Amino acid sequence: MSHLVETLGLASSLQLLSLSPPGWGANLLRGLVNSLQIAFGAFGFGLVIGLFGAYGKLYGGPVVRDLLAVYTTVIRAVPELVLILILYYIGTDLINQMAAALGYGRVEINGVVAGIWVLGIVQGAYATEILRGAILAVPPGQIEAARAYGMPPFMLMRRVTIPAMMSFAIPGLANLWLIATKDTALLAVVGFNELTLETKQAAGSTRAYFTFFLAAGAIYLAVTLISGVAFKRIERWARKGQPSLRSGGA
Amino acid sequence: MTALRPLLVPHRIVMMLVALGIVAWCAVSMRWDWIPRYSGLALEGLWRTIWLLVVSSVLGMLLAIPLGLAQAVGPWYLSAPAKAFCTIIRGTPLLLQIWLLYYGLGSLFPQFPAIRNSELWPYLRQAWPYAVLALTLSFAGYEGEVMRGAFSGVARGQIEAARAFGMPRRTIFRRIWLPQAIRNALPTLAGETILQLKATPLVATITVIDIYAVASRVRQDTFIVYEPLLLLAVIYMVIAGAIALAFKRFELRIPARAR
Amino acid sequence: MTFKSIAAASLLALAASLGAASAEQIKVGIAAEPYPPFASADAAGNWTGWEVEIIGAVCGAAKLDCAITPVAWDGIIPSLTGKQIDVIMASMSITDERMQSIDFSDMYYNTPAVIVAAKDSDIKPTPEGLAGKILGIQASTTHQAYAQAHFEGKTELKVYQTQDEANQDLIAGRIDATQADSIALADFVNSEAGACCEIKGAVANDPAILGAGVGAGLRKGDEDLKAKINEGIAAILADGTYDKITSKYFTTSIYSK
Repeated sequence: MSHLVETLGLASSLQLLSLSPPGWGANLLRGLVNSLQIAFGAFGFGLVIGLFGAYGKLYGGPVVRDLLAVYTTVIRAVPELVLILILYYIGTDLINQMAAALGYGRVEINGVVAGIWVLGIVQGAYATEILRGAILAVPPGQIEAARAYGMPPFMLMRRVTIPAMMSFAIPGLANLWLIATKDTALLAVVGFNELTLETKQAAGSTRAYFTFFLAAGAIYLAVTLISGVAFKRIERWARKGQPSLRSGGA
Repeated sequence: MTALRPLLVPHRIVMMLVALGIVAWCAVSMRWDWIPRYSGLALEGLWRTIWLLVVSSVLGMLLAIPLGLAQAVGPWYLSAPAKAFCTIIRGTPLLLQIWLLYYGLGSLFPQFPAIRNSELWPYLRQAWPYAVLALTLSFAGYEGEVMRGAFSGVARGQIEAARAFGMPRRTIFRRIWLPQAIRNALPTLAGETILQLKATPLVATITVIDIYAVASRVRQDTFIVYEPLLLLAVIYMVIAGAIALAFKRFELRIPARAR
Repeated sequence: MTFKSIAAASLLALAASLGAASAEQIKVGIAAEPYPPFASADAAGNWTGWEVEIIGAVCGAAKLDCAITPVAWDGIIPSLTGKQIDVIMASMSITDERMQSIDFSDMYYNTPAVIVAAKDSDIKPTPEGLAGKILGIQASTTHQAYAQAHFEGKTELKVYQTQDEANQDLIAGRIDATQADSIALADFVNSEAGACCEIKGAVANDPAILGAGVGAGLRKGDEDLKAKINEGIAAILADGTYDKITSKYFTTSIYSK
């Protein structure tokens, strides 16, 4: 039994997790910051792609629509791990070539930006579908009324479509945000020091696997639970002044 | 012929020609000479990927049914742990779960001579049992949540009617409740299975040689970077397409629900 | 403003936000994994070790402004060709296979490849001595190529992303042996964790696979940088810096022709 306690590292767990060296707590926190940064960035980038994608799918010409269909289908059928490798290598290569062509010389792509770019493109495909569904759920009369008043398209999007579709989109987007936080773990495979890789390095160096993996699991879980509470609030806010709805999508 | 009609619009024909052009360009100007050398390994890897997908999905589904049931109607001492399990699985990255099981649990076992000398050891020292376990638990976590909704979604009246007929509880579950719950869950099942397929390459990080690991090996042996990855993406797309088609056929064979 | 032009503008904005790099800084890629005594990170995230000090010394002697950049070993060559890093100094052996995609500087260390296994096992570093066993190796290494050429078929090979993982699985008894660089493995068996195991001997040399020592990997055609790195290596070998650093980590020479 004492063997078990020793292996689990119960006695020394706290020491290993302390924030100052020789504890590895600071490494985990640094990893968490990296993970959250990428998750935020990728989620935001994905939303931008998703908004354009949804508009393109709904109002674009036939070619735009077909291209977007190819994009969302391919992204949703290929494992994120494979996409990350392809986008990471090809993407950075392309950007460098483009920059060279524009005469910028080499651009430096740091891990955070690369991670945001890669995961953002993946997120964009899912966001496109979620936002498309949400826009379709907005009563068409509202949009038509705004158009009849001669509202320019951008103002219409900002003042009418986006606020009206928010309540439909939020459950799906909440889910997408959780996927974003978890997908950052995949960047461990390309050697980016986010939470999962920091955890593995700490675990490998100290041989205290359970301590670190469970600690990281608790951190991810905390992020998930806190996000859940936050999204509930946002949803309530977005539904302000609307008649009660069936719980939307996702 | 009618199925082809939507494809024969002018812009689609142009797009398909462009796509064909890109494929032809890839075929000609990229390096594919490594394919014959690795085809044997690739088939083995493909088989392992599909095997993992099928085994973990089936086992995960079997686990998801009690998980969903416990959450939908179970007493608190069953529903609370079931809910906690689903929350933990869904709230943490699968990669972390795989590594926790393989490196954490796996480093614990050999320290007990009883386990190391047992008949189970030859299996426990391999990587695939951990891969199957991790993927199964993951599928059960996600699908357990779906099954919870599916069980709650079966109309109460049906169960009450069955009870009024004096049907035993077991029979009610087997003949009425479960089939309808599964039918409720069916539309999401295709999507969940594709998600499970997309999760399988993670097992390559614990030395299971699936199709993804074979592609990595080609890259490591030959230093060809893009070609194996592109082919790999196409292979996954084909499998995902096959899954979607299979579920569509399956759904068609199930009679439409009368409402 | 149309949909497409907005998309194009935002793409450009993204590209611009990446910023142009300072042209002079040289990014030296090392493997993002503990590989003691050559390179490993402490809890504070600082990289230390023999190779890290050598990188500092070579860059100093060649008057280069170097920044150490950890990248995944498995993707280190694509990272170099994709220009995320400028030079690889991560115990990479100079082999013909790698020479097809990248260029190498002069060698800066050379050590034999050895097999490590549990003390009570009867494993020998030969194809017969490993028959029926499980051998763990690190992906994309000369050891992987060697094992595939000499042991595969009779021996089951397990490929790991990092040598550290192979060592962990050797301790856990999931593999019977591992093959790697003698120095790295000597460090492992002398550590507390590696007490289970011992070096069973060096494998028969195969220069075509095991290569001609370790050199700095460079993009093809990057002749300026190659010349500077070679100058730096020659300078620290000549002025005794190299030996000074080596004596801090090793008792014997690790520079054998």
